[in-house]
Amino acid sequence: MMIIASDPLLSSDIGFSVVAIMLLKVVIAFALLMVSVMLVIWFERKIVADMHNRVGPSLAGPWGILQTLADGIKLFFKEDLLPERADRVVFRLAPYLSLVPAFLSFAIVPIGGDFTNGGDGTVSIFGHRTLLQVADPPVGILLFLALSSIAVYGVMLAGWSSGSKYPLLGSVRASAQMISYEAALGLSMATVFLFSGTLSTSGIVSGQATWNWNLVSTGFIPFIIFVIAGTAELNRPPFDLVEAEQELVGGFHTEYSSIRFALFFLAEFMNMITMSAIAVTLFLGGPNGPILIKQIAWVWPILWFFLKVMAFLFTFVWLRATLPRLRYDQLMDLGWKLLIPASLGWFLLIAALNIGEDRGWSTFLIVPIGLIVLSLAALLLNGAIKKAKDSSLHAADLSEISEGVDQ
Amino acid sequence: MTGFFLSQIQGLDPLTSDEVLVAQNVFFALIALVMILAALKMVTTENIVHAALYLVIVLAGAAGMFILLGAEFVAVTQILVYIGAIIVLFLFGIMLTKGSFGTEEGELRERNRMAVLVAVLIVAVTSGSFIDSFRDAELNRQAPSTTADIGDSIFGQFIIPFEAISVLLLAALIGSVVIARRDQ
Repeated sequence: MMIIASDPLLSSDIGFSVVAIMLLKVVIAFALLMVSVMLVIWFERKIVADMHNRVGPSLAGPWGILQTLADGIKLFFKEDLLPERADRVVFRLAPYLSLVPAFLSFAIVPIGGDFTNGGDGTVSIFGHRTLLQVADPPVGILLFLALSSIAVYGVMLAGWSSGSKYPLLGSVRASAQMISYEAALGLSMATVFLFSGTLSTSGIVSGQATWNWNLVSTGFIPFIIFVIAGTAELNRPPFDLVEAEQELVGGFHTEYSSIRFALFFLAEFMNMITMSAIAVTLFLGGPNGPILIKQIAWVWPILWFFLKVMAFLFTFVWLRATLPRLRYDQLMDLGWKLLIPASLGWFLLIAALNIGEDRGWSTFLIVPIGLIVLSLAALLLNGAIKKAKDSSLHAADLSEISEGVDQ
Repeated sequence: MTGFFLSQIQGLDPLTSDEVLVAQNVFFALIALVMILAALKMVTTENIVHAALYLVIVLAGAAGMFILLGAEFVAVTQILVYIGAIIVLFLFGIMLTKGSFGTEEGELRERNRMAVLVAVLIVAVTSGSFIDSFRDAELNRQAPSTTADIGDSIFGQFIIPFEAISVLLLAALIGSVVIARRDQ
């Protein structure tokens, strides 16, 4: 069976030590994610506090670093309420539908390993060579998309099963937003696949080993679209209409309390970390970076990966502290009328360039022609949107007039 | 977990056709059992959201079957399209239009009879055509369908049917927009 970029660990006979290594990797990934969530929540609160000119959490542990732990323990001991009109089974199930995909999607991210100078990104553990990621399925990134589409269920069912008004409205909003932005997210990823020629995460990373990060080779636009769509997919500010307190109380998790509420919180921050890690894998070369001290070569890729993810996490927090929330129609306009057409157009342009390279067409011809075609299409789309807006405004005017006549 | 199974399947050696693959058969039986139970619950449950959720289990089982066959691209697409999009749309429809669903006894019994009839007909036709077209053919385990293979065959050998389906879907999309528009 010829499958590209598969983990060498599983290509040999599967004995006890291989199973032990797999278990070890799963446990490490789990622990890593849990600890990072704890620290990221503290990080976010501290940074936002700094930006607001406040102190932030400061009492639990040095610099308040144990604040999240204290909050978690407190939530554990709170009473677990079940609303009278709730759908019991679904209400209990929903937090796990949020949490489990958040955990699973981290499994495909390579967090270390040297891919430079022809290295295949494997490290040696107990005499076995293996990738520093829990699983490397050939469908890689598609699995991430599939899992994030399952995560919609957690939000949707949580709101519905609560049996009250505001959670239902919040969850309908949330799922509409997540579905809308998933399309833009997928299309911006597709541009990366054109360059890597594979869906597997380790394949994508090893395709960026010589500083040729996809950020530059795809021409920045897909990266920008990915970050915007990813922020919306995470329901983070400025796209956090899901929990717009002024309108919806707390959004889809209003009726949740105690540990179930904590599970939603955990899933949210876990998704933030995973989204950052996927962005780093797709666009910023994953763990690739210079190996500075040869003696501890295995440390450097992990360090570079960590630093790149931290930069993303800081950006998410920064956005939260800086930008006001969008209005719902602005959110939908941005997704459907700007991001999806832009990512699709850019994808077509890059595809045309790739085909041109294969066929030996002149790049100087393709780029202007492509840009002209794309701007024509953009003009047409703009015209259509304007026309639709005018006619719906006209219709609204007419109905207002007829209402006036009725009175 | 899925990723783990996927990589497990890659690790397996190609099997000769007369070899009995115990693990695969066990998993097939388990998944099939879960799918059948979920399908039965889906048609018997009173709550329409629960029915949609049981349908999710059935579709996830189908994705599991694809993984057992080594067709991981089809499996992931199954999850992405059916579970991630179509059932979510069902749920949207249910939540936004939650009206009265006719639950009068006589009407329900009448409808059940029709449903059973249609189900039996569909089972007969599909199983008949499957048995007729595959008869003694066996799955070639040497050649799992990778994403690249599927892409090549869709945009090579099957380009005309693929484009025809795309145009059909586009027509359906435009049609639904026209029906849904009320401002004319």
